Amino acid sequence: MHFFFGRKKSASNAKERLQLVLIHDRTDLSPTELDALKDDLIATISRHIEIDPAAVTINVAHDGRSQRLVADIPLRSTARRRARF
Amino acid sequence: MTAKVVTITSGKGGVGKTTAVANLAVALAGRSQKVTCIDGDIGLRNLDVVMGLENRIVYDLVDVVEGRCRLRQAMIRDKRLPELYLIPAAQTRDKTAVSPSDMIRLCDELRPEVDWILIDSPAGIERGFKNAIAAADRVLVLTNPDVSAVRDADRVIGILDAEGKGSPALIINRLNPTLVKRGDMLSVEDVLDLLAIDLIGIVPEDENVIVASNKGQPLAMDSKSRAGQAFQNVARRLMGEKVPFLDLDAPGLLQRLLGRM
Repeated sequence: MHFFFGRKKSASNAKERLQLVLIHDRTDLSPTELDALKDDLIATISRHIEIDPAAVTINVAHDGRSQRLVADIPLRSTARRRARF
Repeated sequence: MTAKVVTITSGKGGVGKTTAVANLAVALAGRSQKVTCIDGDIGLRNLDVVMGLENRIVYDLVDVVEGRCRLRQAMIRDKRLPELYLIPAAQTRDKTAVSPSDMIRLCDELRPEVDWILIDSPAGIERGFKNAIAAADRVLVLTNPDVSAVRDADRVIGILDAEGKGSPALIINRLNPTLVKRGDMLSVEDVLDLLAIDLIGIVPEDENVIVASNKGQPLAMDSKSRAGQAFQNVARRLMGEKVPFLDLDAPGLLQRLLGRM
């Protein structure tokens, strides 16, 4: 029975892989292009406000058949910003 | 009579389009509907053999388009049912012999004569596919619950949307409930989650499909088999009836418990 519980189901593997591949098929956006977009976004926003580049996440989310670019860009706190001066 | 033009397409080849067209045609004709099927796969005709009409071909789709015969002359009547006809594809190698506007003209000529025009689309997203969807009032996308068929179905759904054909309805073909229960095949819910379109049919994998095509006698002619039953249900839904889906992949108790962990 243990091997039965331990085995990852291949159908969920298929679903996860398809979720990723369909996002890229639908948007024509490869993971490399998404990374380039993220870098550009960080550079642009950093000119106006201080952010933590390492904490930035950018993803394509889907709602039905429509896609949405979701970026989470945490700002550095003012306290930490002052501490740097 | 004003026919509804329904195109069955899939992107990927070998998922069961031709079988689906033959069975839907038979199921509709068995419900006193006047049906004409058109094999849109020029150069690779197959709907004729699946329907068992291959020995009666005189004229084909390209003959009609190029004016070598009248539309009526290319319509082979299936003698087993009162009002079922097939317009076979040509075996010519020139796939550009038919254009989307030819298909629209041909279907418009046929519309007053029948209740349903079912078009069997070739695989792929090129000319033959464009021809097959040109005149469609409704498109059914057929897929199998596997990664490549689902991926290609998604591409086709995207193209249909871009071409202004609206949202197609989905038929999931060759579902194996045992594999789904074991967690080794995408379930109906998984496929619907991924493709996000309306469902019009779930057809279980059924070895009777092979037997039926060997004989040239579509399953839905006598609907004892589960696949035949499923196609009958799709035909009824096309006609506007509300028919509940066969619950083929209900997870077992153990599966449900495991799912919660």
